[in-house]
Amino acid sequence: MKHLINDRATLVEEMLEGLVCAYQGTVIKVPDVNGIVKCHIEEGKVALLVGGGSGHEPIYHGLVGKNMADAAAVGNIFASPNPRVIYETAKACQRGNGVLFLYGNYAGDVMNFDIAAEMLHEDGIRVRTVVINDDVATQDKENRRGISGLFFAVKIAGSVCASVKDLDAVAEIVQKAVDRTRSMGTAFEAGTMLNTGKPTFTLQPNEIEIGMGIHGEPGVEVAKTMPAKQLIQIMLKRILSDLPFKRGDEVAVLLNDLGSVTNMELCIANKTVAEVLSEAGLLTLYTHIGKVSTTMDMRGFSISLIQLDDELKQYFFADANSLAFDFHRS
Amino acid sequence: MVMDTVLCKAMLMHVAKNIQENIELLNEADGLGDSDHGTGMGIGFKAVAMKLSTGEFPDLGSLFKAVGMAIMMSAGGASGALFGSFFKDGSKALDGIEVLDSSHFAQFLHLGLDSVVHRGKAAQGDKTMVDALIPALECAIMHSGQPIQEVIHLCALQAKKGSEATRDMVAKLGRMQTLGQRSIGYVDPGSITMALIFISMDEFLSKQQP
Repeated sequence: MKHLINDRATLVEEMLEGLVCAYQGTVIKVPDVNGIVKCHIEEGKVALLVGGGSGHEPIYHGLVGKNMADAAAVGNIFASPNPRVIYETAKACQRGNGVLFLYGNYAGDVMNFDIAAEMLHEDGIRVRTVVINDDVATQDKENRRGISGLFFAVKIAGSVCASVKDLDAVAEIVQKAVDRTRSMGTAFEAGTMLNTGKPTFTLQPNEIEIGMGIHGEPGVEVAKTMPAKQLIQIMLKRILSDLPFKRGDEVAVLLNDLGSVTNMELCIANKTVAEVLSEAGLLTLYTHIGKVSTTMDMRGFSISLIQLDDELKQYFFADANSLAFDFHRS
Repeated sequence: MVMDTVLCKAMLMHVAKNIQENIELLNEADGLGDSDHGTGMGIGFKAVAMKLSTGEFPDLGSLFKAVGMAIMMSAGGASGALFGSFFKDGSKALDGIEVLDSSHFAQFLHLGLDSVVHRGKAAQGDKTMVDALIPALECAIMHSGQPIQEVIHLCALQAKKGSEATRDMVAKLGRMQTLGQRSIGYVDPGSITMALIFISMDEFLSKQQP
């Protein structure tokens, strides 16, 4: 397999150096740890810290920016950052009014972020935590994983943190956004781990896995390949019935490339998405098609939906600017 | 055998060396996951070796706490948080103590287990490191009062047995739980590391002069 790398041992450090360069002086690396932080963060602002394992770029570290995250703590590939990374990054972004931790619901992340929160608490820094758990394919409903729906959560949290000055109020709104988000992915082929050079799982040439997680966690079923139309209908049926989304709901939609599905395929998929949502009586206010949350170069994609009320709309449609995602209401 | 801070430090250095020499084995054992358990533990125990070789430790509490903090603040992942918590919180049983005996050791394991369970929410039989730790703790309690090196030897046997027993278990926690029945037939990598810690201690002590 051909890869654009130098040394498997220093992937994360080199990636962060290049990433910081691309931020063009708006973001710096936190000294000694794999974290990045915005250069200009207003005093008294509730800080938004996102993070998790690397290997899912552009999340989370590509979502730092104006009306987006203030800082990101970065772990090794598919592994949570340690509490020191999170602690130092939180210290670098906090401005005296508390920090909101926002990350996907994975055991390692929960433990390490919790330990960091306890360390910050000892320093007198307030932390509230919202975990993203949007994956309807997780078998254990009480303990759902966080997948591409985190995009909506970070987008909304970023603008909530920019305008609401109370940490508890911030956490409440962001929790509402997470509670109204549902997602599901499908994998066609495994991605190759850059650190090991090995695929994360194997699928037969004529098989797809519906509901597969972003680390290759098994989904709801291994199916034979099928037309896009049929696959989208199966996935949306699960997503829509889960919340459930109701006739008259206003929603935003994300078609996320998990690594190496073409934009052309996602547009083809979106034709069916638009038809199904319209038939279900949903009003789509916004659609994003692109690469947000990846699993190395996995051939696969995910669909995320969020139900927007007036409050969430206000934050969702605020202008935002980050390396991976720009939003300007024209 | 007098297990003072000097000898305990040498023993923990041996543990750190052994884990680092078994990175590949532990990565292979994590084949159902991301094949990175060994890499994470390697980072953690490399930090342990650094910390122990440069630090001064007035008592066993500070020594074992240093091991925990080194792992916790370097490894990352669930295993970094859990093995870090195990040593860090277990060390509270050794505060102010300069010579390790079997009852201190049992106390250490007890507080370490409590911390791991609190942090990771694992119960016995969930196919985790706890399945190697609980048999070792039970063994240490049962043989409390016997010479420490004998107790550690017995604990190593029980931890290894406990780890092996995870082969037939269905994973109920972490990313592995999503595999359900597919996790049967594989030994939990965290339990292998836990057993390896006891085995390395035993191996070190067996080479010391009585």
